[in-house]
Amino acid sequence: MTLWKRFLTNRGALLGLAILIAVIAVALLAPVLYPRGPWAMVQRPFLVPFSTDGLPLGTDTLGRDVLAGLVYGARVSLLVGLVSTLMALLIGVPLGALAGFYGKWVDEGAMRFTEFFQTIPNFALAIVLVAILEPTLTSITIAIAIVSWPPVARLVRAEVMSVTKREYVDAARLAGLSNLSILVRQVLPNTVSPIIVMASLMVATAILLESSLSFLGLGDPNIMSWGFQIGAARTVIRSAWWLSFFPGVAIVLTVLALNLIGEGLNDALNPHLSRKGRS
Amino acid sequence: MSVLKISDLSIALPKGADRDHAVSQCSYEIGAGEILCVVGESGSGKSMTANALMGLLPEGVRVDHGTAEFGGKDILRVSEAEQRALRGDRIAMIFQEPMTALNPLMRIGDQIAEVYEAHGRHRPAERREKALELIREVQLPDPEKIIRAYPFQLSGGQRQRAMIAMALALEPELLIADEPTTALDVTTQAQILKLILDLREKHGMAVMFITHDFGVVAEIADRVIVMRYGEIVERGTATEVLENPQHDYTRRLLDAIPTGMVPQSVEVAKAPALEIRHLKKTYNTGGGLFREARAVRAIDDVSLTISRGEVLGLVGESGSGKSTLGRAVVRLVTPDSGSVMVGGTDMAALNDRELRAARHKVQMVFQDPYASLNPRHRVMRALTDGPIAKGVPKAQARDRARELMETVGLGADAVDRFPHEFSGGQRQRIGIARALAMDPELIIADEAVSALDVSIQAQVLDLLRDLRQRFDLSILFITHDLRVAAQLCDRIAVMQRGKLVEIGPVSEVFLNPQHDYTRTLLDAVPGGGWGQAAE
Repeated sequence: MTLWKRFLTNRGALLGLAILIAVIAVALLAPVLYPRGPWAMVQRPFLVPFSTDGLPLGTDTLGRDVLAGLVYGARVSLLVGLVSTLMALLIGVPLGALAGFYGKWVDEGAMRFTEFFQTIPNFALAIVLVAILEPTLTSITIAIAIVSWPPVARLVRAEVMSVTKREYVDAARLAGLSNLSILVRQVLPNTVSPIIVMASLMVATAILLESSLSFLGLGDPNIMSWGFQIGAARTVIRSAWWLSFFPGVAIVLTVLALNLIGEGLNDALNPHLSRKGRS
Repeated sequence: MSVLKISDLSIALPKGADRDHAVSQCSYEIGAGEILCVVGESGSGKSMTANALMGLLPEGVRVDHGTAEFGGKDILRVSEAEQRALRGDRIAMIFQEPMTALNPLMRIGDQIAEVYEAHGRHRPAERREKALELIREVQLPDPEKIIRAYPFQLSGGQRQRAMIAMALALEPELLIADEPTTALDVTTQAQILKLILDLREKHGMAVMFITHDFGVVAEIADRVIVMRYGEIVERGTATEVLENPQHDYTRRLLDAIPTGMVPQSVEVAKAPALEIRHLKKTYNTGGGLFREARAVRAIDDVSLTISRGEVLGLVGESGSGKSTLGRAVVRLVTPDSGSVMVGGTDMAALNDRELRAARHKVQMVFQDPYASLNPRHRVMRALTDGPIAKGVPKAQARDRARELMETVGLGADAVDRFPHEFSGGQRQRIGIARALAMDPELIIADEAVSALDVSIQAQVLDLLRDLRQRFDLSILFITHDLRVAAQLCDRIAVMQRGKLVEIGPVSEVFLNPQHDYTRTLLDAVPGGGWGQAAE
């Protein structure tokens, strides 16, 4: 309750939440708004925005409705963002938790494994993975998850290490609880706040990554996404600016919204660390 | 002639705090060369006044009313620039935790020289000379080396000396000392107190000494002010206040202090609850290809026994290995060799599974009441997790938890609350209830009352004494505070650098100490008053 209140007093976070809810609503309503889907050719190509009724953002190189594309693109972006973040957490949290809790060779092993992924540039690795796996929505999501879990593992490891040193963990040991139940029931719940904050920011990064991949033509060819729209429009960027401009705005707004939410969550979960003058 | 004259000072707390004023309507003076002790428990507002004088009030807290006259000016209302000129130059301050008060990345010499630099005194070469002089004056060993040392290379007492050197750099008229010895061992504390007394003698500066410890007051104070809830409840010379306290609160505080009176110990001659034999634990730190590893003998061949129903006090300074010994007994630390027999089981030799089953035999009460309870679990869960893991039926464990909360004086209804809803002393009671919930054969109390205010400390000690009688508990009571140990324990064991140097009945150890180190420890206890047996 107090957490929620603190979150609500943060105007930036509220704005972010409002934008995100709008994007989610649009994504959910896509089939209702545009039952013909994003690929249907509805008018002649290169219609300027606000010039034709029913096509507020104009048409693209093949006469498809830009707005319909945006609406369907929102589904892909959110889906990829959420699912890949979830997968990254599923890899990173257990690995980091085990490394931090057991230490010694478990820690060494897990961290060297993590570093192996961290030494390869994220984006390059994602490109390689998608290229090998064939570009489908699933493979893109998996690729993004694989490149984004290492920071999670490191964060969780550090948090678990610090919580494990607290006396209530010693007390739980003395109570005869097993290691696993100490880790799951005593330690992990106390590391949740930074993980939530990081996850909200990871969704934003994942959306950017997916857009970048689609921009390079490595997106799923059967799925309309924001990155794909920009990528397809880059050859005509001087004559038809709106084809890349509006998807760009959509990406900026969504990522901004997620970042604002992440920051708001951070302030709400760690009231002692929040910046001065807000208390 | 007074150096500082505070009149009618009120400091307002932000809205929503537990009271309106941190300090309300306080007036007092400090004369030149005088040591004024401001005494009070945590939250009494004793540090707030000092912070206000130095312009260090936290966000949202402000001076509401009143003046503080220093050198003909009201220093509460001078500009930031004037205040900066005043700080360090004419008023200096030392803090409780010397490690965090010193910059970890700067050499000691540079930090002292920086004080001169900030006030534009002397040329750089002279500053170094002056710094060296100061280091000598505060009696730091090997000044040439210390001046180039980093804070982490010094011990706690040495760091506090370095802080004092910085404070003295510009010969201030007033030195504010905010609990400067609280984080230190007794012997170090005694040295620092003596240093402050010497320096007062030499420089004639006034000292405002903030403390919670009446023992320290007895050692050092000329005059005393006792504060409670931001108000001055008693003032007077040290002898007046200590020997003839007028206010109820002062009397209660003085009563709560574990006195030097040593109770005649009771004979306990029953079966042993704990038998430690030749226990050893060595920590190896550092060490690499080219450096030799540093081996610290935390426990060096210690043997002792605790009888059933006995309280054994384990005293020693920080780093003496007393906590490691406690943790080795509960097997949070695995000893290198030796045995720890509890009720016929050797705790040191069990494997993981056997250990889990035997855990309940020894329980521990921890030092930090804020870190020893999981903030996300209700008290009920803290008290039942262990018994349930041990195989006690859930309903029975819950009933027992309620009963135990009654026993420790918190009421059965409190089980549904979260730890943050309790005060420090109450949390410590929960910690004790948690230990009792496992029906242990031995309880280890690791500095269990060290983090508490004296009056709360006395209550928790009373509780322990009461529980001990009712349940015939065996307790290993680890503490650095000899006065506390004298209150509760039947026998005392003294540890130094991992070795057990003396063990015996309380009266023997306190009245007739055999080992030099024990004598040093006893002499260092502030407040004196040792060497009398209770009538």
